[in-house]
Amino acid sequence: MPAVSKGDGMRGLAVFISDIRNCKSKEAEVKRINKELANIRSKFKGDKALDGYSKKKYVCKLLFIFLLGHDIDFGHMEAVNLLSSNKYTEKQIGYLFISVLVNSNSDLIRLINNAIKNDLASRNSTFMNLALHCIANVGSREMAEAFASEIPRILVAGDTMDSVKQSAALCLLRLNRTSPDLIPMGEWTARVVHLLNDQHLGVVTAATSLIATLAQKSPDEFKTSVSLAVARLSRIVTSASIDLQDYTYYFVAAPWLSVKLLRLLQCYPPPEDAALRSRLTECLETILNKAQEPPKSKKVQHSNAKNAVLFEAIALIIHHDSEPNLLVRACNQLGQFLQHRETNLRYLALESMCTLASSEFSHEAVKTHIETVISALKTERDVSVRQRAVDLLYAMCDRSNSKQIVAEMLSYLETADYSIREEIVLKVAILAEKYAVDYTWYVDTILNLIRIAGDYVSEEVWYRVIQIVINRDDVQGYAAKTVFEALQAPACHENLVKVGGYILGEFGNLIAGDPRSSPLVQFDLLHSKFHLCSVPTRALLLSAYIKFINLFPEVKGTIQDVLRSDSQLRNADVELQQRAVEYLRLSCIASTDILATVLEEMPPFPERESSILAKLKKKKGSSKLPDLDDSRRTVNGSSEHAEDTEAVNINVNQTCRFLTEELISTDRPHPTSCSATMLPTRTMGPIHTSTDILNLNSTPSSGASLLVDVFSDMANPAPTEGSEDHFPRFVCKNNGVIYENQLLQIGLKSEYRQNLGRMYVFYGNKTSTQFLSFSTSVTSDIVLSSHLSVQAKPVDPLIEAGAQVQQILNIECVSDFSDAPVLNIQFRYGGTLQNIAVKLPVMLNKFFQPTEMASQDFFQRWKQLGAPQQEVQKIFKAQNQMDTDVAKAKLLGFGVALLDGVDPNPANFVGAGIIHTKTTQVGCLLRLEPNTQAQMYRLTLRTSKESVSQRLCELLSEQF
Amino acid sequence: MMRFMLLFSRQGRLRLQKWFTAISEREKKKIIREMTTMVLARPPRTCNFLRWKDLKIVYKRYASLYFCLGVEDEENELLALEIIHRYVELLDKYFGNVCELDIIFNFEKAYFILDEFLMGGEIQETSKQIVNRAIESSDMLQEDDHSEWYDVELFG
Repeated sequence: MPAVSKGDGMRGLAVFISDIRNCKSKEAEVKRINKELANIRSKFKGDKALDGYSKKKYVCKLLFIFLLGHDIDFGHMEAVNLLSSNKYTEKQIGYLFISVLVNSNSDLIRLINNAIKNDLASRNSTFMNLALHCIANVGSREMAEAFASEIPRILVAGDTMDSVKQSAALCLLRLNRTSPDLIPMGEWTARVVHLLNDQHLGVVTAATSLIATLAQKSPDEFKTSVSLAVARLSRIVTSASIDLQDYTYYFVAAPWLSVKLLRLLQCYPPPEDAALRSRLTECLETILNKAQEPPKSKKVQHSNAKNAVLFEAIALIIHHDSEPNLLVRACNQLGQFLQHRETNLRYLALESMCTLASSEFSHEAVKTHIETVISALKTERDVSVRQRAVDLLYAMCDRSNSKQIVAEMLSYLETADYSIREEIVLKVAILAEKYAVDYTWYVDTILNLIRIAGDYVSEEVWYRVIQIVINRDDVQGYAAKTVFEALQAPACHENLVKVGGYILGEFGNLIAGDPRSSPLVQFDLLHSKFHLCSVPTRALLLSAYIKFINLFPEVKGTIQDVLRSDSQLRNADVELQQRAVEYLRLSCIASTDILATVLEEMPPFPERESSILAKLKKKKGSSKLPDLDDSRRTVNGSSEHAEDTEAVNINVNQTCRFLTEELISTDRPHPTSCSATMLPTRTMGPIHTSTDILNLNSTPSSGASLLVDVFSDMANPAPTEGSEDHFPRFVCKNNGVIYENQLLQIGLKSEYRQNLGRMYVFYGNKTSTQFLSFSTSVTSDIVLSSHLSVQAKPVDPLIEAGAQVQQILNIECVSDFSDAPVLNIQFRYGGTLQNIAVKLPVMLNKFFQPTEMASQDFFQRWKQLGAPQQEVQKIFKAQNQMDTDVAKAKLLGFGVALLDGVDPNPANFVGAGIIHTKTTQVGCLLRLEPNTQAQMYRLTLRTSKESVSQRLCELLSEQF
Repeated sequence: MMRFMLLFSRQGRLRLQKWFTAISEREKKKIIREMTTMVLARPPRTCNFLRWKDLKIVYKRYASLYFCLGVEDEENELLALEIIHRYVELLDKYFGNVCELDIIFNFEKAYFILDEFLMGGEIQETSKQIVNRAIESSDMLQEDDHSEWYDVELFG
């Protein structure tokens, strides 16, 4: 084999590359490149037609320049010309250039598609492969449109060469990932499944990749693949290591295919057929057994391949979560890896055990390794391995070992890498709360956290300890004593001052009997920290002082002196100044009774899940948090452990928002209903954005608060569960949650004026993983689009875990319509593309303008609209309780003005309004007659336009 | 699936980049920068796996070159490591004791070999013999090009 320049080396290219390498500086390089670009440009523009070889050489040089990181804005056409060359080498370079420098220039795409089409039709396998590769590399929509029907045909055709089948399978897989809507399932699917039986293992491998991905989306379609996959797997694992010839990799039989088959099986629950199931169990046992055999080679490749199959088998065992024996065996084998000399294996064993810990069958078995994991935490040199050890300790923690695990994590925290400290703090805080039998332990743990890693203790953590202390009177005295002692330390963290200030302000009286912690001593202690603290903490301390005045009348004078000092009353910070002024005033003029009422002890917080969990999830992103987010598990995650935390997950976002609302306008945790509303802190709302954990601020008119509004719907038990059609609920209202599934929540807020509307759509990512390539489009059918126009503003293509993004839709009603536009949402979650279509609640009645009119006007118009096609009447059964106020609210929400004193029967409703469209205005009168005895309604609508009467009647009659 | 494969030198010079999904040039540059800093900062004898955003990063050093593979969460790390190894073997077979310079001067070949081996972020052919044969035969085609052998084949 020749060394540096292979095949038909392009000498000019080699010279150019060495020139670039010899450049002494970046400037010299740029200069050389510009010279070359000028040269190529002139060659391409020159009169003399270039021969194929030169064209290839120059295109290749351009490619090299591009890969160096420079922009290339010409040469695409020449590259496309190369595609139709019948010299393989020119064609190949052309395809490479296109694959690397795809351009969404549609003219070119058409030319490229043409070349591809010719090559696919050439029946020359080398050319076909090049073309398929190009499609897979570019993967654009235009290409998917052009070849979506052709590729399945090539894949299943009897006379297709094996290598082409492989390319076709993977090409189809790529297109399915980018444009799933263009690849319809069809009769080819059954034939693809049968490729699992193919003689050629390369074909089987490629086909398995394809099927595993398709089966995730439509499991039913590919159900038959399960038995074939088990059969194939069984043949591989029982084969002698040389049977599979070149598909044996370092004495391991077809490791890639084995892993793919095991992954395919993870799309399904355990087989129901007993024979099949036992065959699969045998396979898994064989894999576990083989992993225990002495190695056939000392090469790391051998052990890697063997263990790759083992880990994938264990993943399947965990996924099935139904064979206790296998689970425990898996756990034991992983246990051996925990002390393996290969760092990679220790890492993977820790990771894999995390998921085992969440199965009820293997949880106990995992726990037996606690000492090894703790020692890993202490001795591992590699931070990523230590991180996995922390994860595993967290996952294996339960009531029996929580004290030990929390203690170990705390002691590790003293030396932990900065990068993972905050996460450990959150984990410790969660475990301490979850497994606290005795709340003094909990309080100690959190104070220790603050002492050891105060900088990494987020607000959620210290808010939470205060909530718990307030809610549990058995721990209040202890908490007061402990914070008092902790505050004695000469240097203590500001977070401790916050907790200490809050708790002593509430419960300092519980320890005031002891002369060592008399009111004055407590006050002096707190005040000694005051000047070292930031503004929000000082503000909190001022509130603690006014609470002291109420608790301990004997220190009133001292505190008033402090409040009265210039440094408070004239503080440059407006918040501090206001507090000092108001508190001082309050303490002077209010009677003891009033003071006692205003400054009463905080009422308990409503019990709810911890917001710390949400924080942890958000922080971790998608990395393994075994019992919190393993989506694979939920498929048949029957174990109690998993379900338990699942419930927590659902609550997390909600909780976080409740908390936010509560905490918005204060720097102290605030119970919802409380005497503290009289505290002047409330008046200061918006200034304290620093405490606003989700960056929502509290100004009612701002966009962000709309969100709170929208999601506060979630507090009402009714609407959100299930993502049934929420559409009808929006007929009479403009805000709420229109769609929700496990991943995504879509909230709406809309406003309409005349024939125009604006809709704010809020997309909330409920998961702990980013949504990538997030895009939306609004589609209307042809009829609708001529009546209603909806313009969507661009939306951010990335939604962070737990975050929301907003999109604005501008709506114009051109003329009356009856259908609704559809909002299509597409994004990538984990590996898969998600597609969601939601009917947007834009209905004709949104363009109502209410009209007031006197009784006689009403009757006059009513008569004018007397033609039979103008009136629509419907009699229908009440679906809800018949309540006058509810009906009124709905009619007003529908958009009409309610007219009193028109109908002689006061139980009836009469309304009027005008529908505004761009082209016309349609006057509308309606009458709704409830019959409570029969539980029926009669609705009559008269408008000047038949279609309007019809549509309004349909919409409104569904509402009662 | 695999999302990308990067080859870079100890000095952080990028030698080969293969992207299996469509992303913007800006995003590519960001990823390249983050990968090189992250991987080059790893002390020796640490494990070959990292977590980065929603991806698993699997890397290995061969002589002066780092091979770095970004794979999705469900991928098997150990096999990803062996994908890297198999690619190195293929390069080695083709160039005979491959070195960084071979890849610099024959970057297009390095791409062609990778294309025979991986496609659309999945492994296409795991047999070394078959991949080698495919590459050799395309080299044969190149050498025969001048004799217009291909035209004959096309119409024959």
